[in-house]
Amino acid sequence: MQYPQLSLLLEAGGILACNRHLTASHRVPAVANYFLTGEIMQKEKTHATAIELKGITKTFGSVVANNQIDLSVRKGEILALLGENGSGKTTLMNMLSGIYRPDSGSVLLNGEAVTINSPEDAIEFGIGMIHQHFKLVDVLSATDNIMLGVKGGSRWLKKTRSDKIQEISRHFGLDISPEKKIYQMSVGEKQTVEILKVMYRNANILILDEPTAVLTPQETKKLFDILRRMKAEGCAIIIITHKLNEVMEISDRVTILRKGESIATVETAETNAHELTELMVGRPVELSIDRPENGFEETLLEVHHLTVANEEGFEAIQDIKFELKRGEILGVAGIAGSGQKELCEAMAGLLPVSKGAILYNKENIIGKSPEEIIKMGISMSFIPEDRLGMGLAASMGMVDNMMLKTYKKNKGPFVSRKEARELSKRLIKQLGIVTPGVDTPVRRLSGGNVQKVLLGREIESNPNVLITAYAVRGLDINSSYTIYDSLNEQKQKGVGILFIGEDLDVMLELCDRIMVLCHGKVTGIVEAKTSTKEEIGLLMTGGSGKEGSADA
Amino acid sequence: MRESSSKRHYNEPLARIVKKDAMSNQRMAAYSVFALILAIAAGGVFIFSLGYNPFKVYATIVSGAFRSSISTQGTIKIAIPLLIASLGITHAFKMQFWNIGAEGQIIMGGIFATYFALFHSDWPHWLLMLVMCAAGMLGGGLWALIPAFFKTKYGTNETLFTLMLNYIALYMIKYLAEGPWLDPKASGFPKIASFEKNARLDEVFGVHAGWIIGLVLVGVVYFYLKYSKQGYEIAIVGESENTARYAGMNVKKIIMRTMFLSGAICGIAGMTQVSGAAYTLSEGVAGGVGFTAIIVAWLAKLNPFVILLVTIGFSVLEKGSSVMQSSFGLPTSVSDILQGIILFFILGCDFFTRYKLIFRKGGQKNDN
Ligand SMILES: Nc1ncnc2c1ncn2[C@@H]1O[C@H](COP(=O)(O)OP(=O)(O)OP(=O)(O)O)[C@@H](O)[C@H]1O
Ligand SMILES: [Mg+2]
Repeated sequence: MQYPQLSLLLEAGGILACNRHLTASHRVPAVANYFLTGEIMQKEKTHATAIELKGITKTFGSVVANNQIDLSVRKGEILALLGENGSGKTTLMNMLSGIYRPDSGSVLLNGEAVTINSPEDAIEFGIGMIHQHFKLVDVLSATDNIMLGVKGGSRWLKKTRSDKIQEISRHFGLDISPEKKIYQMSVGEKQTVEILKVMYRNANILILDEPTAVLTPQETKKLFDILRRMKAEGCAIIIITHKLNEVMEISDRVTILRKGESIATVETAETNAHELTELMVGRPVELSIDRPENGFEETLLEVHHLTVANEEGFEAIQDIKFELKRGEILGVAGIAGSGQKELCEAMAGLLPVSKGAILYNKENIIGKSPEEIIKMGISMSFIPEDRLGMGLAASMGMVDNMMLKTYKKNKGPFVSRKEARELSKRLIKQLGIVTPGVDTPVRRLSGGNVQKVLLGREIESNPNVLITAYAVRGLDINSSYTIYDSLNEQKQKGVGILFIGEDLDVMLELCDRIMVLCHGKVTGIVEAKTSTKEEIGLLMTGGSGKEGSADA
Repeated sequence: MRESSSKRHYNEPLARIVKKDAMSNQRMAAYSVFALILAIAAGGVFIFSLGYNPFKVYATIVSGAFRSSISTQGTIKIAIPLLIASLGITHAFKMQFWNIGAEGQIIMGGIFATYFALFHSDWPHWLLMLVMCAAGMLGGGLWALIPAFFKTKYGTNETLFTLMLNYIALYMIKYLAEGPWLDPKASGFPKIASFEKNARLDEVFGVHAGWIIGLVLVGVVYFYLKYSKQGYEIAIVGESENTARYAGMNVKKIIMRTMFLSGAICGIAGMTQVSGAAYTLSEGVAGGVGFTAIIVAWLAKLNPFVILLVTIGFSVLEKGSSVMQSSFGLPTSVSDILQGIILFFILGCDFFTRYKLIFRKGGQKNDN
């Protein structure tokens, strides 16, 4: 720290270590290049601290999002950032990427205090962040998105730039088609483009905010391979995730935040999922899922030969047939994009049905408006990739969001906010929603808390049929289990629940039966109690497991 | 520990723009007041450079607007259509429907009301007034419904659509004045006849009753938007159409209904103008009010009570500047420039409530 020249040198070494393979390392001053020797580079590849946060505090009005947080990442290390919903992970990372500025505390980059005023600054310092909501231009190609906003852009440089993109992709094993348009891409592909975007800008510190929340297991595996390769190149990586198995798999160390404070930093090799959960929650927790039995028998919902075309006219659901009983949780498993979204939207009346029937209490609900369907007691809580786009009004508070489906209920031309206010307060207690107040715009809540608001409202609307899609996406472990409990409570009341899920382990424990979708077709419906992950996995890819009792 | 003096500057600009977190209402108000003071100071410098005493000129503007009961009434007369039109526009803006066709909707309101004033002036006075008001609302409402229909049906751009409709409405007056509604007694310049006494809006405290309508509307619109089911629907549609559909709302119906209402309120402004201020229909019936109303609604952040305040401010400025012109012998352009300066600062202040500038520390030069 006392030798500025040396530290500059070392830092340049770090950059080079990470970007050695790149043709144009324009960020590194030529003079520094001159001094570099292979030896320093080797030493610098690991061990040295890449970035360090000291005593960072950030408040929003009366909310203390981060309180005196210390954190450091070394070069060639993957640090997992763990914490409950609203514990301040995203806020902390946003300060590294220049979106917010800390109220107090310092950021040390290679031992040097720096001020990061804007995302452009962050890029200059080699910090790249991949946000949970992608920031890509849909109508442009991958290449155009990657180059967007790079200074000094001109037409004829395009070729060399394409070369550079190719080179980076090859090096890290990123698999993209440079000319493909973003709107044609799967979530995993979009994420790859985001990663390329920051790598193209020579980032050597990479921050990923819940990157796996919307990925399939296969895509996650690919992402982790990429991250491992970057780590080997000497990059410093911070990853936020709520999935403990991923933390155990990918990280070297884990820093745990609780209520805005850094509680502990542990070596991944010396800990386990159980201990991490306790550190996170602050008390011993028992995590188990019940599957209560009940005596309900009647059929609530019958789906016959349902065919649904999605917005592009492609048949996303083809001729499916199933039945939902009262007091049962029917899981829906399948690779992402197998028709889950369309099935939900068709049942909620949001997507026109091309063929088939959905009978609810023997009455066909097809052709009914969403309003009529809501009145019949069918409730959908769909957690799309873009959480705030459907189901919530982002700049309104909890109270106004609670009224969304019930505002018509009270008589006369005026709305009544009284019940909604009480419901909001109840949900805050019940689900542990972290918010400064019931009128704070939900957009300002943390990702997981936004979701609890949506989910809480749907569960509390006393439905007869509850459709939940990706209910626990982005929720911390403890909250996830709270949600499972709530679902079981509804089940005991006789509600029929369609549970569109991702985590097969959870589904096998929670659901009564599991229906497997593949390319819009039902490949099998199995009893969860007697089934295995392998069997379902096979059905998901279209193979027939042991003959699925497709009667339902 | 070393300070950030060794911070690297890669051609860092002297200042940069960064988005700000949301502001509290008090801060926002403080900013506005500050901007107003700056605006007055800058305007003062301008007046001084012309060789006048800024304090005197300002005093004239304020006192000019309220100098006598006649000027006070004049100020209020300017405020009435502006207030009503701003309230109308607010509905559409809340729904994120960019209605910049208030001008045309005012005109259509005026045309519809004029029909009854010209051809049914023998009806009982109160009935005639009510019918004219209803006709004005219908005219403005229908005119606003056209872009709403095409937007919901074919996804046309409402901004261009409403803008173009303004001109069609304007030329319709021209057509009526030169053709079917031409006043046979008019010599030379073709115009529409003046309304008979029976077709003129009554005066209350020396100003036509439009001010009562305006004040009542402030309260009604506030409650409608904040507490009614329809107001809630408007806000949700403005937020996200997907969410509105998900909640079972009929988005198209809501857009059409709200636009009708938005236009209908602007239509009332047209009716009060023809029957209360001009006593006839002329091409100047809206006179740019529909455009100023956009600025008013925007500055007031769509809050009806703030709209009332901003409208009063605008009207005082307008009326006072005309007094200033006559008593100092200044050309019209001077008061226009003055108004421009004030607007510039107030709108500029809006920028600073949303963004902030970050200056390079210590003014260092790029050091590497
Ligand atoms: N712009 C903002 N204005 C006000 N409060 C905010 C803002 N951003 C975050 N907060 C608050 O700061 C706290 C921390 O939020 P943050 O988004 O960092 O949580 P998180 O750890 O990322 O949670 P999650 O796992 O749910 O994503 C929350 O209580 C949130 O409500
Ligand atoms: Mg977060």
